[in-house]
Amino acid sequence: MMSDQEDDIVLSELNDEDLVAQMFDDLYDGLKEEIEEGVNILLEREWVPYRVLTEALVGGMTIVGNDFRDGILFVPEVLLAANAMKGGMAILKPLLIATGAPRVGKMVIGTVKGDIHDIGKNLVGMMMEGAGFEIVDLGINNSVDAYLDAIEKEKPDLLGMSALLTTTMPYMKVVIDTLIEKGMRDDYTILVGGAPLNEEFSKAIGADAYCRDAAVAVETAKMFMARKHNQMAANN
Amino acid sequence: MNYRSSNPLQIMLNNKEWILADGATGTNLFNMGLSSGDAPELWNKSAPKKIKKLYKDSVDAGSDLFLTNSFGANQSRLKLHNAEKSVLELSRISAEIGREVADTSRRSVIVAGSVGPTGEIMEPIGSLSYSTAVEIFHEQAEGLKAGGVDVVWAETISAANEFEAAAEAFSLANIDWCGTMSFDTAGRTMFGITAPELVTLISKIRNKPLAFGANCGVGASDMLRTVLGFSATSNDLPIIAKGNAGIPKYSDGKIHYDGTPELMSRYATLAYDCGATIIGGCCGTTPNHLSAMRKALDGHVKGFSPKLETIAEALGDFSSISDGTDDNTPTRKRQNRRHRTK
Repeated sequence: MMSDQEDDIVLSELNDEDLVAQMFDDLYDGLKEEIEEGVNILLEREWVPYRVLTEALVGGMTIVGNDFRDGILFVPEVLLAANAMKGGMAILKPLLIATGAPRVGKMVIGTVKGDIHDIGKNLVGMMMEGAGFEIVDLGINNSVDAYLDAIEKEKPDLLGMSALLTTTMPYMKVVIDTLIEKGMRDDYTILVGGAPLNEEFSKAIGADAYCRDAAVAVETAKMFMARKHNQMAANN
Repeated sequence: MNYRSSNPLQIMLNNKEWILADGATGTNLFNMGLSSGDAPELWNKSAPKKIKKLYKDSVDAGSDLFLTNSFGANQSRLKLHNAEKSVLELSRISAEIGREVADTSRRSVIVAGSVGPTGEIMEPIGSLSYSTAVEIFHEQAEGLKAGGVDVVWAETISAANEFEAAAEAFSLANIDWCGTMSFDTAGRTMFGITAPELVTLISKIRNKPLAFGANCGVGASDMLRTVLGFSATSNDLPIIAKGNAGIPKYSDGKIHYDGTPELMSRYATLAYDCGATIIGGCCGTTPNHLSAMRKALDGHVKGFSPKLETIAEALGDFSSISDGTDDNTPTRKRQNRRHRTK
């Protein structure tokens, strides 16, 4: 394509519907500056921050997540998309807090001890954030104590653990067993993920669910939050 | 005559129809008491007898080649265990123990120095620069070379630039190498590379490996589909297949893989029929599996390259309909309004 054809779209000239559709495309292509511009335009048009988040960013990331799940997009493209979303989120975050936008839930997430792989974990964090969750990211190489300290301090709804190595995945059980010992296990929904894991493994170690990818993690987290709300409603 | 023709692995490749490689490192070390989260490489120094047993069990089961316990012996991984200064030492010892086992074997056995990925994402998407990746791999290769490996062996790589960085590092260390990627995401690597794309990548690398292929990944069926993907190209380098023994399951406080020795022996002979000549296992593959694979290969006469249906019948279903090389490749139809040259 000719370079003089670049930027033949002026985002501010699009109506809301076309702008959001274009932002879906731009997220898909990982265009951070364009996403930031789109977010600002929608805010100028007096969209509330929560609507920008859910309709433009989460809507776009859902497409990215589905295509990642379906083997159409791979890690590099998803990381670029997530990076573009992060640009939009940076604008929205303070506004969301200031406007008291609904929060879906809170999650503490980290890669287990001995493991430095955080690609999947970062994706989950970003997609969850995009879906309206508050994320506390503990990074890599987390000991039982690191997880315990964080959940005691943060009081999350969910705990997410990630591992990419077969030598580190059993550590998830160490964490869960410690939570059981301390009588804290049932206070949290525990989601696990990582390349060598599977459903059966997650059951065997006592996690609540295995999430095969970031899109599934978001759906699973939402499901557990809905269940929690229903239970609370039933108990009241 | 180039220096490669005298490499022991090259000589073995010239003289044998197939080479049985080894199985798992992690799984077998867990069975010897390694705790999850601990670095297996630290055992090279603290429990060398166990490492010797790991190698010896594999050779006794019939492996012609084994990988050293050095997968994560690089700066970025050892940093987690405050052992980043021990890269050279831990790599060297892993190789020295291997050398001892190979040299006291009655058969000719190749010691291959395992080099796993850095674990970091490279620029421009991540923060690891190409030159730092080369340095990381170079340091590890020097340690392995000092310990006497026959070749260095990059494995479980997902990204093209990381594979290239390893190749360049091995050229700096002036040592022959093999390289495998892990095809674990819908038949591709995590970074989207298909089997034929790895062949293309290698054709562009100046420092050619002695052999290349796939390791780990999902199941035996997927592994063979990947091997068929290599064979279908005009590549003439020997192909490596090191697949997992089924999928990991957790029982009695231990990880165990559900692939039986029988399944792995069917996998081994089919891998040979698909065109692989260096055949082994990866996660979950124990000496029992290796013995069964050895026996199966010893009694096997090369057959026609199997169809995908035959593979699925023998080893189970594929994890995805497509591996990105056929007409079933999923795509998204989009009308991109933004005209960009990017």
